[in-house]
Amino acid sequence: MTPLLEVTNLARHFAVPAKGGSKLPFMGGAPSQLHAVDQVSFTIAEGETVGLVGESGCGKSTLVRLLNRLIDPTAGVIQFQGKDLAEVPARRFVHTDQRAHIQMVFQDANDSLNPRYTAADAIADPARRLKGLRGAALKERVHALADMCGLPRELLSRFPHQLSGGQKARVGIARAIAVEPKLLILDEPTAALDVSVQVVILQLLDDLKNKLGMSYLFVSHDLNVVRLICDRVLVMYLGKIVESGPTARVFRAPAHPYTRALLSAIPSFEPGAHGGRQRVAGEPRSPIDPDPKVCRFYGRCPKGEVRCHSEMPALTEIGRGHRVTCHFPETGAVLHVPQPNLKIVA
Amino acid sequence: MKSALAHARYVLGDNVVTAFAFGMFALFLVMAAVGPWIVPYDPLANGPNPLEPPSSRHWFGTDQTGRDIFSRVVAATQLDFAIAFASVALAFGAGTLAGIAAGFFGGWWERIIGRMVDTIMAFPLFVLAMGIVAAMGNTIFNIVLATGIINFPIYARVARAEANVIRNAGYIEAARIAGYGETRILFTQILPNIMPIMVVQISLTMGYAILNAAGLSFIGLGVRPPTAEWGIMVSDGANFIQNGQWWIAAFPGLVLMLAVFCFNLLGDGLRDMIDPRRRT
Amino acid sequence: MTPAAPLLEVKNLNVEFRTRAGTVKALERVGFSIGKGEAVAVVGESGSGKSVTAYAVMGILDRAARVTGGKVAFGDLDLLQASETDLADIRGREISMIFQNPRAALNPIRRVGDQIADVLIRHGNVKRADAPAKAVQLLATVGIPDPARRAGAYPFELSGGMCQRVMIAIALACDPQLLIADEPTTGLDVTTQAVIMDLVMELGRRRGMAMMLITHDLGMALEYCNRVVVMHAGHVVETAPTAELFRRPRHPYTAKLIAATPRPGTALRALASIPGAMPNLRNVSIPPCRYSPRCERFGSDCERPLPHFGEGGRMVSCWNPV
Repeated sequence: MTPLLEVTNLARHFAVPAKGGSKLPFMGGAPSQLHAVDQVSFTIAEGETVGLVGESGCGKSTLVRLLNRLIDPTAGVIQFQGKDLAEVPARRFVHTDQRAHIQMVFQDANDSLNPRYTAADAIADPARRLKGLRGAALKERVHALADMCGLPRELLSRFPHQLSGGQKARVGIARAIAVEPKLLILDEPTAALDVSVQVVILQLLDDLKNKLGMSYLFVSHDLNVVRLICDRVLVMYLGKIVESGPTARVFRAPAHPYTRALLSAIPSFEPGAHGGRQRVAGEPRSPIDPDPKVCRFYGRCPKGEVRCHSEMPALTEIGRGHRVTCHFPETGAVLHVPQPNLKIVA
Repeated sequence: MKSALAHARYVLGDNVVTAFAFGMFALFLVMAAVGPWIVPYDPLANGPNPLEPPSSRHWFGTDQTGRDIFSRVVAATQLDFAIAFASVALAFGAGTLAGIAAGFFGGWWERIIGRMVDTIMAFPLFVLAMGIVAAMGNTIFNIVLATGIINFPIYARVARAEANVIRNAGYIEAARIAGYGETRILFTQILPNIMPIMVVQISLTMGYAILNAAGLSFIGLGVRPPTAEWGIMVSDGANFIQNGQWWIAAFPGLVLMLAVFCFNLLGDGLRDMIDPRRRT
Repeated sequence: MTPAAPLLEVKNLNVEFRTRAGTVKALERVGFSIGKGEAVAVVGESGSGKSVTAYAVMGILDRAARVTGGKVAFGDLDLLQASETDLADIRGREISMIFQNPRAALNPIRRVGDQIADVLIRHGNVKRADAPAKAVQLLATVGIPDPARRAGAYPFELSGGMCQRVMIAIALACDPQLLIADEPTTGLDVTTQAVIMDLVMELGRRRGMAMMLITHDLGMALEYCNRVVVMHAGHVVETAPTAELFRRPRHPYTAKLIAATPRPGTALRALASIPGAMPNLRNVSIPPCRYSPRCERFGSDCERPLPHFGEGGRMVSCWNPV
């Protein structure tokens, strides 16, 4: 069964001025390369929700823009429904049929809605441009989408500054599903929302996924949210995928030291439990011209064997879809996450 | 729209000066529109009483050929405003398009347009206008062209700066994902969003454009006599000041000053209305 | 266990904002206390008034704000009545504050070492010549590696986490009795959040410093604080010791808030949402209980002016508590 999206050895490097050198073409040596995304491989199946987690500087945003085809990869293959998307340069991708199949929900609804367009205009945009809908048919589609996303029709004529955070989020979602994409990339869609609104939006996203048969790539820094709605999760660090696998497995028994630190850093909902956690020390290594033989996490990792700085680990399977990029993964070591003793009276 | 009007009313109510500027502007518009038809005397006709000081018959006095200065000043409004509007429209049109292309596309667009702007700005602008009119001939069209050219850089720069900021906004990326090509984004996403700031710029440079046209006429490179135009009237009147006949230059000069002042105040008021963040 | 005399006591605080569209009653009868060395979390969603409360305590409210009633007792002094000179002395020395966006809160054109030295000289009775060395010491205390070199850095050269550490160093420079932390970890990575909070708690514990942590993150409140003050639309709806609040929330809003927070062991469908929206505080006709339009337990009693039931560490402001 061909996966919907298959990414193989995807890489994106940016040229930066060489250390101590200048930008002038005839001075200094060859420019350095910033490895924003390096040898990334993963798949997304139909109807799956895959989470992408990682901290700032890990390459999440670059990866998202690669998948969105807003920028071109330096190397690698992006197979979507069997076709390699990287064949068409980003500038011309907009005019291909595939553009409608991959859409995005943005993090900051404020920033991603044109302040001079009404909600109706924003939602109608992709339908107008990619599906050629006009007039009455377009209006009907916009109404149908608003209904699907729980956006009252009266709000369609409002401008973004007249809408609340939750309402703007719904407009963003309605716009993203306007052309019935197969793959929806969600970049922290609820990060700016209050907790009570977040629940509603997440439940809406879940409903829409099932109703419209989409796959999701859900990028988030909030691991509790990822745990809620993702079937599988990818953990990125400094441009590489360090761990991937079914959410339940990865959260219960993370194998990579970085994932363990990440998971133990989330507030645990147990009073006073902040002692005795795994911490990462120091600062991340530089992503500029990284040494190809040294593990990216070396130096901050509690382990640090000779092998770690003489051979780059590869993404290897450690059982039932659970993969990790580490020479010494903690296989089977359950991370203690206390079950909170909360009596919920709703 | 309702909220825009309410906001406008608030700013006008709050700020007497702006309200005054709007009032003056309205008055000038009326003068420009119907001036030549409602004046008591024919602005171009010589009269029997030259060099008469202001009186109940001639409110602003008469000039050396007996023409009523009041009628001439009012009639001149139309010409001066027309020149100013036309040249600002030219500068605005060309400058905005060039600026947003430079700011949004970058690369060669930015390099070439940047150099054009730099070249124009390397000259003292009035001298450049003089040069253009002198080289191409003393016609109203050339005055408009020259004034337009020297105002082009300010629009191009403002538009470029704004486009530069906006091009990183999330909704531009969203537009790409929604199927917009780059050129379409330029016209449908970037342009509408910089309009408020450009409109403010228009009112601010309008005053300068009037001054420019008047200045060119003052040194003889603008309209030719006996056309009624503020600059040329001041120039004529300058010869007579030392003889004590101050009214020939003073009244056109005063009205010219009021017009420029009115546009500057207007610009400030518009800016307050449109972009509260930039309130001075 | 009630401390003998609270370090900070906020009583009946009322704050209004005059805006073009009407008067906004941002805070109404807000009251809570913080004891010496206690860590109290003020939690609420956006618009709940938690930041306004902190700003009122520090005396740094917006010019459009009017304090129309109440008392903020810090020791013997009422901060609301104090003169600007007295307040300026207290800020930085007795009460310090750290803010949400660390890079924005630091002066971008001054080196970080100098910014710390400024506070030391102004409030800490440190001589100008000694201040730079003390600043480096403080940078080391907050865990910045290579502090001597970093003292010469500008904020843009430092990461978000490091800027936040610098802000903590500035806040703690003069050993304040109370630290107000306004969403100090929003925008930071999860691992950095944990490290920063641990640092603040550790330093606080060592110096016997009290802390007021303003946050929308219930998990953080639960993990780091002794007591929690829950705010909704400018009212304090409930206060309780942390563990008790989570085990037995009494106010319907608190219960809903907890039920809506994603946490281990709960599925998506099991999370509760809160119907309705935050009330528009510009309206003249707001009901006495600002949560009542959205409350499932709304009864005829609920139209009466709100009480404050309970005493000591536990308070709930509801006619029909859970």
